[in-house]
Amino acid sequence: MNQYSTWKYLAILGVLLLATFYAMPNLFGEDPAVQISAAYARDVKIDDNTQKTVEETLKNLQIAPKRIERDDKQMLIRFNDTDEQLKASSALKTALSGFVVAQNLASTTPNWLLAIGAKPMYLGLDLRGGIHFLMAIDMQTAIRQDEERFSQEFRNLFREEKMRYKTVQRNTQGGAFISFTDLVTRDKAVNLIKTRYPDLISKTADEPENFSATFTYTPQALKQVKDTAIEQNLTTLRNRVNELGVAEPVIQRQGEDKIVVQLPGVQDTARAKEILGSTATLEFRLVGEEGAGSQQMKNRDGHPVWLKRSVIVTGDQISNASSGVDQQSGSPAVMVRLDGKGAKRMYETTKENVKKPMAVLFIENKVTTSVVDGKEVKNRQKVEEVINVATIQEAFGQNFQITGLANNEAINLALLLRAGALKAPMEIVEERTIGPSLGKENIKQGVNSILVGFLLVVIMISIRYRQFGIIANASLFLNVIMLISLLSIMQATLTLPGLAGILLTIGMAIDANVLIFERIREEIKIGNSPQACIYAGYEKAWATILDSNVTTLIGGLALFSFGSGPVKGFAITLCLGILTSMFTAVTVSRGMTNWFYGNRKIDKLSI
Amino acid sequence: MKGILEILRMSSYHEFNYRFMDKSRRNLWAMISIALTLISIGSFLTKGMVLGIDFTGGTLLELRYVQTADLNQVRETLHGNGYKDAMVQYFGSSHDVLIRLGMREEKNSQTISNEIIKLLDTDQNQVTVRRVEFVGPQVGKDLIEGGLWAMFYTTIGILIYVAVRFEKRFAAAAILAMLHDPILIIGIFSLFELEFDLTVLAAILAIVGYSLNDTIVVFDRIRDNLLKIRKETTEEVMNISINETLVRTIMTSLATLITVLALFFLGGDLIHGFALALIIGIVVGTYSSIYIASAAALWLGIKRADLMPVTPKENAADRP
Repeated sequence: MNQYSTWKYLAILGVLLLATFYAMPNLFGEDPAVQISAAYARDVKIDDNTQKTVEETLKNLQIAPKRIERDDKQMLIRFNDTDEQLKASSALKTALSGFVVAQNLASTTPNWLLAIGAKPMYLGLDLRGGIHFLMAIDMQTAIRQDEERFSQEFRNLFREEKMRYKTVQRNTQGGAFISFTDLVTRDKAVNLIKTRYPDLISKTADEPENFSATFTYTPQALKQVKDTAIEQNLTTLRNRVNELGVAEPVIQRQGEDKIVVQLPGVQDTARAKEILGSTATLEFRLVGEEGAGSQQMKNRDGHPVWLKRSVIVTGDQISNASSGVDQQSGSPAVMVRLDGKGAKRMYETTKENVKKPMAVLFIENKVTTSVVDGKEVKNRQKVEEVINVATIQEAFGQNFQITGLANNEAINLALLLRAGALKAPMEIVEERTIGPSLGKENIKQGVNSILVGFLLVVIMISIRYRQFGIIANASLFLNVIMLISLLSIMQATLTLPGLAGILLTIGMAIDANVLIFERIREEIKIGNSPQACIYAGYEKAWATILDSNVTTLIGGLALFSFGSGPVKGFAITLCLGILTSMFTAVTVSRGMTNWFYGNRKIDKLSI
Repeated sequence: MKGILEILRMSSYHEFNYRFMDKSRRNLWAMISIALTLISIGSFLTKGMVLGIDFTGGTLLELRYVQTADLNQVRETLHGNGYKDAMVQYFGSSHDVLIRLGMREEKNSQTISNEIIKLLDTDQNQVTVRRVEFVGPQVGKDLIEGGLWAMFYTTIGILIYVAVRFEKRFAAAAILAMLHDPILIIGIFSLFELEFDLTVLAAILAIVGYSLNDTIVVFDRIRDNLLKIRKETTEEVMNISINETLVRTIMTSLATLITVLALFFLGGDLIHGFALALIIGIVVGTYSSIYIASAAALWLGIKRADLMPVTPKENAADRP
């Protein structure tokens, strides 16, 4: 009686071994390291040349790195101490242009563990230090801007079509408003706009001498506009965060109109805010010749390009850009759409300059703060860079495409055209900065309370359940290992409340074993044989354990789906803890009981 | 206390027979519970809550001074520079200072933290930033809304699960006990003017799960015993069931309480409110599963006939 088959023992052992392996990376420490990756939208590769530059730079500094690891996307240089890391990081920043050089803490998990995909838990900002921003997009302003643009385009359209309008303006209550003195022209205008702007719906109003219509986005288009605004702002922010040189940034959409930006390790909030809030634009200009009327610019490789001074179109006149394939040649292309004013200027310019080169200039206004003579000085720095030069094939206006690019270049250029400036204004609605020392303290205090809490529970259980207490305590320990391994595998973010969740799980997970052991004691009281007591104890307690855990899980899942940030971290550990505790406290604990007591003659149970 | 020591004693096979469900006792505790609930609601309505900036919006800075910080000086500097609403206090030690500021109308509320650090970090008094939190007014609304939705869906989920696995009167009683605990925690936080922040909200929602766990264990035994012990009254069966599960109730509550106490004393200042809410919740939750849940089920008129026959047991070999 009370025996598991061999395969069941092996299966349990297998699961526990796997869990141990996947939990192990958390035991290894971290190396101070520098992480090098290609900057956003730049066509640079991490190759032998990059490594050579790195090695030479380090040699000049007389720093011997611990190890250099490299793949196609990034290079990781490990150092012996943070001093070397700092020196190397600033030297490498100047030596490698077009690359992002970020300071990082790299786990020292051995390769054989990495090979099976085992990684340490991802620590939240409250445990590792860093900055958290929650930014809300001002959708109303974005839509207002669109409506103002529509009004401008309608005016141009009516002028081109020689239609006499009374007013064309953005309605203060929302929508682009047009009015005419006669019904026929109004209806003609409405039809014209409807065919050109399928995204808009109209509402007409008829009064004598005043026939009007108000255009607003269709509900689907409105959703699309919101999604696009978020996507564009996400892209822009990613682009900018990259400039900050952060090792593992998190930039995610949260809910309908918010974006979370998490910058681990960054302490300088002021600089982070400056960069996230900076504005970037684009200019289309003709390529000129050296001399007056032209300006010398540099392209991305640092080669000089002469551009004519007059600007054809600026970035805020781009209403959309996307990458795709040129339908005639089949080669990669970027489709650009300009607003009315921009389109007109573009047409006039290109008509006269067919077969001549045109350049796209990327301009970024960076605001940096520096201290001069004890006073803070804000430096507004303008960074200009030619990102693309292409030949004008024929005259074009509102819609045109830029070809002559490699596929990934086309994707990147479309991104840059869109991501140059934020589509909709953003406001920081939440900011949390945790200093590195506080992060370390939080980990220490969290781990200490887990250890002490665990120890006290172990003592209490040992006193009451003696030999069986050892089994309960062993399963409790295995539960913690399984929980940590699951958190590591899922790469869920471990926060301070998450640590508290682990601790609370320890207290609650013991419940299953208490239920079982109390049942066994009840059976002993009735006077059943020891083996029958063990059997009945596990059997009868199971339904109770299942019911009580399912109800707790329902609460945990609700907490997970509606919580944000710290609440979510807590909910994850709580839910996972409940699931692992059902396995360890029932299956594993029974396995141990069967192993030690099963099929044996026992006079008295030590419980 | 004597009972707890007895339970922990190795040889204890003591049988408990407390008269939990006697009418007089049930009524007494019902009165006490109603009174506590009313006091909690009353305090919440009249005194309100001391809400953390998670809910009110505003700016919070935790700064560490190299020397002992002079709170008056910090206050004067801030009040003299246009931060008239700045609240300044020590946090944990005399080197750590916590500064709170309310929401501001001006657009530049995002830069407040930078300006304050500039004001306070001088050559004589060097400070390092330990923590900065800025929360806009919208965030708090979202949090409360999220919390209420979580409560709502938990209630619906539990109602369905318990109604299916047990019986609808048990489900209603479990919900009553489940709602009782958060109300009391909120009441205590309101009455003693303890700061209610996001972590406390998380703790309350966790207690909902914990308290349910406790309730279900007791209900499970009541369900079994109602079908097994046929000659006793429902009231007596409940009494027997609660006594039978009493050791387990105390052991689990103690284990959880111990871990949470460790968190309270060792977990640091950031997690204090969270741990405190859990401590209150565990005590109240244990009590409510006996005196609210079981008593309410009895009051709602649960009878042996209401319970469906036990589902046929599956083969034991398939069990874990």
